[in-house]
Amino acid sequence: MSIVTVQLGQCGNQIGHEVFSALCSDIRGTHGLCSKKENESYHDASKERFFCEEESGVPAARAVLVDMEPKVISQTLSMAARSGHWKYSSHSHFCQKQGSGNNWANGYSVHGPRHKEAIMDLVQKEAEKCERLGGFFTIMSMAGGTGSGLGAFVTRCLRDAFPTSFILNHVIWPYGTGEVIVQNYNSVLTLSHLYHSSDALLVHENDVIHKICAQLMNIKQISFRDVNQVIAHQLGSVFQPTHTAGGGSGYSRNPLGDLMETLVPHPEFRMLGLRNIPQMPENSLPYSTFSWPGLIKHLRQMLIANAQMEEGIDWQVRPPHPGSSIPSTNKALHFNTSIANLVILRGKDVHGVDLGSFRDPSLYTSWLKPQEAFNAWETPRAFNKYEKCASLVSNSQFLLKPLDRIVGKAWNMFASKAYLHQYTKFGIQEEDFLDCFTTLEQVISSYTNL
Amino acid sequence: MTQSVVVQVGQCGNQVGCRFWDLALREHAAVNKKGVYDEALSSFFRNIDARSGDNGPDIYKGKICSLKARALLIDMEEGVVNEILQGPLRDVFDSKQLITDVSGSGNNWAVGHKIYGCQYRENIVEKLRKTAEHCDCLQCFFIIHSMGGGTGSGLGTFVLNLLEEEFPEVYRFVTSVYPSGEDDVITSPYNSVLAMKEFNEHADCVLPIENESLFEIVNKIHQMINSGKLGSTVKQNSLVTSGAGSAKTLQEKPFDAMNNIVANLLLNLTSSARFEGSLNMDLNEISMNLVPFPRLHYLVSSLTPLYTLADVNVPSRRLDQMFSDAFSRDHQLIQADPKHSLYLACALLVRGNVQVSDLRRNIERLKPSLHFVSWNQEGWKTGLCSVPPVGHSHSLLALANNTCVKPTFVELKDRFMKLYKKKAHLHHYLQIDGMEQSCFSEAISSLSDLIEEYNELDATKGGPRIDPSRLKIAV
Repeated sequence: MSIVTVQLGQCGNQIGHEVFSALCSDIRGTHGLCSKKENESYHDASKERFFCEEESGVPAARAVLVDMEPKVISQTLSMAARSGHWKYSSHSHFCQKQGSGNNWANGYSVHGPRHKEAIMDLVQKEAEKCERLGGFFTIMSMAGGTGSGLGAFVTRCLRDAFPTSFILNHVIWPYGTGEVIVQNYNSVLTLSHLYHSSDALLVHENDVIHKICAQLMNIKQISFRDVNQVIAHQLGSVFQPTHTAGGGSGYSRNPLGDLMETLVPHPEFRMLGLRNIPQMPENSLPYSTFSWPGLIKHLRQMLIANAQMEEGIDWQVRPPHPGSSIPSTNKALHFNTSIANLVILRGKDVHGVDLGSFRDPSLYTSWLKPQEAFNAWETPRAFNKYEKCASLVSNSQFLLKPLDRIVGKAWNMFASKAYLHQYTKFGIQEEDFLDCFTTLEQVISSYTNL
Repeated sequence: MTQSVVVQVGQCGNQVGCRFWDLALREHAAVNKKGVYDEALSSFFRNIDARSGDNGPDIYKGKICSLKARALLIDMEEGVVNEILQGPLRDVFDSKQLITDVSGSGNNWAVGHKIYGCQYRENIVEKLRKTAEHCDCLQCFFIIHSMGGGTGSGLGTFVLNLLEEEFPEVYRFVTSVYPSGEDDVITSPYNSVLAMKEFNEHADCVLPIENESLFEIVNKIHQMINSGKLGSTVKQNSLVTSGAGSAKTLQEKPFDAMNNIVANLLLNLTSSARFEGSLNMDLNEISMNLVPFPRLHYLVSSLTPLYTLADVNVPSRRLDQMFSDAFSRDHQLIQADPKHSLYLACALLVRGNVQVSDLRRNIERLKPSLHFVSWNQEGWKTGLCSVPPVGHSHSLLALANNTCVKPTFVELKDRFMKLYKKKAHLHHYLQIDGMEQSCFSEAISSLSDLIEEYNELDATKGGPRIDPSRLKIAV
């Protein structure tokens, strides 16, 4: 099954390019560490999922590029073409001249309706190229105007046009100390709207990835390209082909559907966080070895203690004893309660890895049995030169604090009415803001009371 | 890609404008090696086939034939514009882009605004329409003028009004040179206050400039060069005051150095819209992020570094120094100290080989020493443009919406009141058709209201921070 990616705005297009680059380089890589047959199977599944064969022989990414100004798209297209190994189809992009001015209302209420037909036309064409459509993956930031506002509008259009398809929004949360002054308004508007149209939101926070670049990857002068490459690696580690647990011999054919099924049992809870270990500079890889028990142990503690990376994990945090009603001691220790978790393992000796510790009922809320709340996917085929690689996609309280902070700052600004005239002039009124705040306070409350 | 049009009005406006076009050509020449007319060039220049003279058709792609500035030059005296047309930039301007008269405005805002405004209205509208028609997607008008005289101030603000009427969707950025206390035009306070009322109602963003600040920066650079410190030589074309390498070098005049600073301000402001980078900052984003309330649209600007030393290796300490300098009193383009006043919002546009981690490190470092308004504690807007200015490896433009503009306005008001109380020179204005006493009282009232808004914000500074309580949801 194939996934159509929609890259929205500067961030979406820059990341999208790194993702396809990473996928392509992984497919072509020789560090698979598995049998030839396995490798070919993986190769075929990945290609079908993300690329389309073209007459020229160079695979074309199954993607639609959208931006309201031309500079980023033209850069993205030429960088891809220069690689020689993959490209974007020549007619799968849409851009305008003026940009959205970091204004969500401009993206949603003006650009959206104006360009709906042209954009959905491109999406339709891309969808038709798929023998079997597995769903849509949109990449956007929520701080600006196009990715956020136009992205929210396009998501709604996707939902209307493809009511039975899965839609996963990959959303980038901006640095806390501002890239855009009105980023908190744009974020609140985006998240609340996405909550109504998409199936799930997969989140990456710039602050977190930045820390990974600084502390784990040892990069001195971190650029957005570095950040985007880490994000691309993490996404690849989730979406490259795997065998579902207990599944037959072939690679799973419905990754988005499987993901939604395992992780989003209840529509009120759609926010997914992502963790991936190990992360290290490429030149350290040949000198490092890992054991599965070690990786699993770290990953589990990262989940429980809500750690952002494999350094600085708080090992003091423990799950509450089963049977205790309010784990008051643990609330102080910031224990992260999960609704559902998905672990993905790639690499050498992956069969028979013991994941029992993730099935511990005390990690989860009471309303799902652990067998239902936890799932694992795996493949012996190593990913992106890492001999062993473990990822966790989690529907848990991971994003509760960051969400609360964003809503708090936005509310603070809203109370003083600052910048509101910029939104009202494009048709987003104070009542619309209030509706969005209400939606998100509800989400915060639901996650808090897990 | 969008286009911008520059409207330069009056003597000051045209002199600064002239420097802008010169430096813009120099910047594009340095970046555009292949001589191909690209989108970056098209933001400020048309490309025409000059074989048919000025009326040649526009060439949208391919080699550069003849570049024409997207500009309108307006002056009610002929001297300055004539000089431009005889100078090395004469081919850059289309003869149809000029509006001149002979007698000037006598340093009288009313003459500029009411008399010439009325007289030239249709002519101006027609020429604006023509320039707009040549643009694929017109995003912004830049008005350059001074406040203290008659033409720049009066006719300039008339044009501002016109722009809002005829092109309501296009942004209006105004670069205004404010008069100093020792200004030799006695009526400059009247002219400035009357102009400011127009700003409050019709401008999207105003970038105030004061000659004293420009003068001090020029002196600072001279001292640096002449002191021969550290034995290093300064790269000539890297001076923010220099026109070296441009067409006009041989005839540098006293105001040229100061005007080059303002020209560089405009180049840096538009750099991210013209050139690529990892975090673009377009003009509409500047307005969106820096104007929290419609009337508070005055932005204090600073440019760093002022020069680059000839030795090539720039350690990151120098980079950090660049950020620190942007917030210091002596780098601001008006006499103001943003560090000791209250920030409503701040934008940093970095050019050159600077990455997001450098930006973050410096914001974290400088933040504790700055005061931000309670509802915008992390109010930073940032942009990264890959192309540095000529002669530099990197540069920074800081734009601050900060209450430190208030003293400038208060002084202006005081100087106005000194004259107004005695009704000095008032008859020169009131005898003009369309001018009444109420024009003055409304203008000063508008200025007072603006000052009051800044006062109210200042009053919140340093006070206890009470966050409004959040919405409660029924569980």
